Amino acid sequence: MREVDVARITNAVAELAVDACNVLGDDVVAFFEKAAEREESETGRDILRQLLENAALARETARPLCQDTGLAVVFVEVGQEVHLVGGSLEDAVDAGVAKGYTEGYLRKSAVADPIGTRKNTGDNTPAMLHTRIVPGDKVKVIVAPKGGGAENMSALAMLKPSQGRQGAVDFVVDTVSKAGPNPCPPIIVGVGLGGSFEKAAYLAKHSLLREVGSTNPDPRLAELEDEIERRCNALGIGPAGLGGITTVIDVFVEELPAHIASMPVAVNIQCHSARHKEVVL
Amino acid sequence: MDRTITPPLTDEVIESLRAGDRLLITGIIYTGRDAAHKRLVELVDKGEPLPIDLQGQIIYFVGPTPPKPGEVIGSAGPTTSGRMDAYSPKLLDLGLKGMIGKGLRNEAVRESLKRNKAVYFGATGGAGALLAQRITAARVVAYDDLGPEAIRELTVEDFPVVVINDMYGGDLYAEGRKEFQREVEI
Repeated sequence: MREVDVARITNAVAELAVDACNVLGDDVVAFFEKAAEREESETGRDILRQLLENAALARETARPLCQDTGLAVVFVEVGQEVHLVGGSLEDAVDAGVAKGYTEGYLRKSAVADPIGTRKNTGDNTPAMLHTRIVPGDKVKVIVAPKGGGAENMSALAMLKPSQGRQGAVDFVVDTVSKAGPNPCPPIIVGVGLGGSFEKAAYLAKHSLLREVGSTNPDPRLAELEDEIERRCNALGIGPAGLGGITTVIDVFVEELPAHIASMPVAVNIQCHSARHKEVVL
Repeated sequence: MDRTITPPLTDEVIESLRAGDRLLITGIIYTGRDAAHKRLVELVDKGEPLPIDLQGQIIYFVGPTPPKPGEVIGSAGPTTSGRMDAYSPKLLDLGLKGMIGKGLRNEAVRESLKRNKAVYFGATGGAGALLAQRITAARVVAYDDLGPEAIRELTVEDFPVVVINDMYGGDLYAEGRKEFQREVEI
């Protein structure tokens, strides 16, 4: 069995967190460039140009793109032929979050006792950790810092099966409509269909890791993504919510079979600071 | 060239502002977000003095990232303003003239803007690195224990904002959206 020291995971999480917060993905930058040309609103074009300038400045000055450097959402995919040594995986991931957020001058945005004292945990732990055991002998680490503004506009509904496809699409578009300017549009809309309550939310979250411009390989879901995107852009919300035709960057739909009685629809909204970085150990 | 305004803001300046106006702010503004607002309003409710004089001032809803050595401030873009809706009217009643944030305000705040002659400005959400360049000095003036949520006095130069809600009921979010809303063929 291949041995991997969890200390490597700590270092990977720390480096990925800083990199994700300071360097916007090429896919999102390319989207801004394209959108800045085709946006019909002058103010909207100006906002998109500001976002391009912001991304360039963040990269050059190693300053975070956004002051909300988020809760640290971490996905770890462990190959089943890997033996993790040197300590607990969960502790190692948290140590990486603490290291990255402290040494990288990122904002610590985690508070304990959320309905009470809301005291800052001091080092942005705990990580919002999702682990999977997968075939192979590698360890994949993905860090996706998630800001509060867009997360707050996310929603999950246990719809009635009779509401069907139309009901699901309406719920997604309605969620984006109600969010309006709050989640920092243009946004990525992650949609989880079916599964159980928690799996729907997980699918929506996980879909946000897809590359901007990608479509679901299932033509049925690709068509759904396209329809939701067109309907959202027709809302007129636009860049920063000041009006325009660029409300969404992309829509990603993922699906699982559901219970005979259920039709869960989860919508996870991602602001334009769509941050995620990964490494394979 | 966008117009420049400098706090403290007078009624005359507020009366001249309309939703959609793009402005630059130069001068002193104060930061405050959830926790600081909660404390300020607790003092107001107890009838105790506030740690800062709000007369004519602007509060910027921001919780910056920590500055690196040699930096004035870290990344410093606006946070979602709606969370301050429960507190803002009480501060506006005390003479606060402007707020900078992003996102929708509720009716109570919009009414309070009319009643108190005040405005709500938007700064570009997620442009934290860009906006930080326009901040030339920062010092904590209250609630240091709140870390990123402490109240800071910021010196800003050409800080870009747009008027979202003016004192006449104008609302750029509603107007902008209406202009670009369209029917979609499915």
